[in-house]
Amino acid sequence: MAKITLNDLRHSYMPNPQNPADYALKRLDLEWKDGGAYALLGPSGCGKTTLLNIISGLLIPSHGKVLFGEQDVTRLPTDARNIAQVFQFPVVYDTMSVYDNLAFPLRNRGVPEAQVDKRVRTIAEMTDLTGMLKQRASGLTADGKQKISLGRGLVRENVNAIMFDEPLTVIDPHLKWLLRSKLKELHQKLGTTMIYVTHDQTEALTFADQVVVMKDGEVVQSGTPIELFEKPQHTFVGHFIGSPGMNIIPCKVSGGEVHVGARKIEVSNASKLGDRNGTFELGVRPEFTSFAAAGLAVRVAKVTDTGRNKIVDTRLGDLSIKLLVDNGAAIPSDGAHLAFDTARTQVYDNGWLAE
Amino acid sequence: MRVSKWLVPTLYIFFLMLPIYWLVSMSFKTTNEILGGFSLFPQNFTTENYVKIFTDPTWYWGYINSLAYVSLNTVISVAAALPAAYAFSRYRFLGDKHLFFWLLTNRMAPAAVFALPFLQLYSSIGLFDSYLAVALAHTLFNVPLAVWILEGFMSGVPKELDETAYVDGHSFPSFFFKIFLPTIAAGIGVAIFFCFMFSWVELLLAKTLTSVEAKPIAAVMTRTSSTSGYELGLLAAAGSLTIIPGAIVIWFVRNYIAKGFALGRV
Amino acid sequence: MNKTVNQKAWFFVLPVVILVAFNALIPLMTVVNYSVQETFGDNTFFWSGVRWFEQILQSDRFWASLGRQLFFTFTILAIEVPLGVAIALTMPKKGPWVSVCLVLMALPLLIPWNVVGAMWNIFALPDIGLLGKLLNSIGFDYNYTRQTGDAWFTLILMDVWHWTSLVVLLAYAGLVSIPDAYYQAALIDGASKWKIFRFIQLPKMKRVLTIAILLRFMDSFNIYTEPVVLTGGGPGNSTTLLSIDLVKIALGQFDLGPAAAMSLIYFLIILLTSWIFYTLMMRNEEQ
Repeated sequence: MAKITLNDLRHSYMPNPQNPADYALKRLDLEWKDGGAYALLGPSGCGKTTLLNIISGLLIPSHGKVLFGEQDVTRLPTDARNIAQVFQFPVVYDTMSVYDNLAFPLRNRGVPEAQVDKRVRTIAEMTDLTGMLKQRASGLTADGKQKISLGRGLVRENVNAIMFDEPLTVIDPHLKWLLRSKLKELHQKLGTTMIYVTHDQTEALTFADQVVVMKDGEVVQSGTPIELFEKPQHTFVGHFIGSPGMNIIPCKVSGGEVHVGARKIEVSNASKLGDRNGTFELGVRPEFTSFAAAGLAVRVAKVTDTGRNKIVDTRLGDLSIKLLVDNGAAIPSDGAHLAFDTARTQVYDNGWLAE
Repeated sequence: MRVSKWLVPTLYIFFLMLPIYWLVSMSFKTTNEILGGFSLFPQNFTTENYVKIFTDPTWYWGYINSLAYVSLNTVISVAAALPAAYAFSRYRFLGDKHLFFWLLTNRMAPAAVFALPFLQLYSSIGLFDSYLAVALAHTLFNVPLAVWILEGFMSGVPKELDETAYVDGHSFPSFFFKIFLPTIAAGIGVAIFFCFMFSWVELLLAKTLTSVEAKPIAAVMTRTSSTSGYELGLLAAAGSLTIIPGAIVIWFVRNYIAKGFALGRV
Repeated sequence: MNKTVNQKAWFFVLPVVILVAFNALIPLMTVVNYSVQETFGDNTFFWSGVRWFEQILQSDRFWASLGRQLFFTFTILAIEVPLGVAIALTMPKKGPWVSVCLVLMALPLLIPWNVVGAMWNIFALPDIGLLGKLLNSIGFDYNYTRQTGDAWFTLILMDVWHWTSLVVLLAYAGLVSIPDAYYQAALIDGASKWKIFRFIQLPKMKRVLTIAILLRFMDSFNIYTEPVVLTGGGPGNSTTLLSIDLVKIALGQFDLGPAAAMSLIYFLIILLTSWIFYTLMMRNEEQ
């Protein structure tokens, strides 16, 4: 087990990259403490799988270093890195029993059979596979097979880190939650570093202590789930996280004041704005937007009942601004005014939080 | 390590090309040179064998005849197989599994068993020595194969496509020809390839059912070796030419070969 | 797929049924007809029951041909299947040369069978053929037209040359369809190349291999043209395989009765063995 450091990491799949667009990973500097639960969150194509494969050794980066502890493992082959990986779809050895599947990584490394048996049973216990050890692996359901994949990753005792590449993709929705909880439980019990790649914010936010949000090969923000929710550094983060995501409203800044149309809006980072030219946007979450007697004038377009509350979709011209309203609260039928919680409203310059 | 990976396929291909090279090099020698001794390359390079083939009607008609019945067979086999494959893929009906199995058993039949019965059958309906006779006879093997291949591809297309088309107002013919067939174009290509292949290479039935009018090139070749006594150069040229249609067809479907084997039945 | 029950589907299969029935059932009836009757060549027929069947099953000639056929089929299966798989394993998954490779490998499959026979006939001639000359100059006393052993050697070599590519193509298609993740997982699990073959590649190729073995079994059991053109069944009748013998009796001697009986027995043998093969392999897969 070790600290994982990514140093000036860049990767291009092309032999002669010319410009930033040719890079799948643009530039990364990250440090992950030993034993943490991390998530790599981002939409398809953001480079998260590339990053995962570089850490696990299935890919050698075109530039930069990967360190496990103090050791430079950038060019080290996969089996020398002591990592484990769980893939998007279950990878099991069909012809072997569940027991033999779990034993496989240990037997390949010459571990004595008595120890193999002990270890396999321990892991089977942890992943609820004990009753199925004698069965043929091919006969299990998708979630059972993913547990086998997970078990194969855990069975080696000196594993540096376990990577998960969107492991719940083929699992039935009602079983996803069970498997997620199981992963969290295992993490707490074993303390192994776990790195979880996904495009699903719920999976990331519920699993990880620290989430790294990626877009177009770059890290946009890295922080705890709460930090990401409350203080998004980038409009992308604000929009991607939260359901519904943060409202992004174009605005104008002059003389330290923020205006949306004719209306002046109070924001939390007004003092940081200074004198600059840029594309400015206001970011505020629907949770912190409410109807008021006076404020930004909008038109109520649609009301969606989620059961827990209501999501009201209002329109400012063509722009959609959403807010959450408690069940039973009054919703204006047509024209309305919106107020924003100043402490939770911030201005973004070219997408980035103005600081 | 990269070198040794290429070694095996290279050696294998070299082994495959050797007899073909020998055939082609012989086609450019005179029969005297061939029989006179051993030479790795043609000593007296000559194209007289090819000239003979292109100018002698007996010879070039052999090719035309072969191409004729092979094409006829391919069209018939695939055309008949398409609706059948569709039925097997989309519907359950009385006796469907048994029918499918019975079709496949015909592929297993030894051609030798059918030689005499076919001769009698096609003679009795007046089709002896015609393209149609050979084309029809070959459907015994090609139709089951085409149905098998096409059904595999069709099963890969979800039924939702059919239903959407009907909802959009298509009639069945309109759906089948304008939407469905383009979707399984790769499968049709594979089926055409295999039908062509089996019909082009088969000799026994083709020879048995023809004599003069529809004589395939294969029969012309065997006739030559027995009557005029081993005109080897000529034979070699004729043989070399028969490789060309196959090479062309396979070049066209080369992208579908792996896909064709992989989809469908794998 | 959720298939709906629809008896009208019979209209769809009608063209196919007609074609195949015409070509299969009518000849079959003819053959059955001949197999139980005797004629003296003047178009009069007498019922002879199982006489022809008995004659065939008691004839040494039939059993000799069957024996040769079985030897041939099992030998080429034993060579072509492992060889084809081995070659497919060494081929790269993608790249510019792959299609060229596949096309060249497939070429022997598209050559008319008589040309294959003729090609090897001349290629293997002791004095003027490349193979024959080569073998003789190394020191072997090689003459396939006179010596039985050499004839068998050439026959088998020819078939391997001709058909191994079919196994290669099928095995390659099976290999190419294995997702990368399996190989990646194997790397992580520390599996050796042999273990990768045994636990990942071989199981995933089971279906294609079944098809390959079945096809080769059937086609080699039915083989006619290539050996006929290569050796004519000789020297003597040492390479006379089952269909060669059948054609001799049917078209050569016009012994309709025995030919018909032999045809039925022949067909039955191959039907039975194919069915056994197929069931065994399918059962293996379901286990």
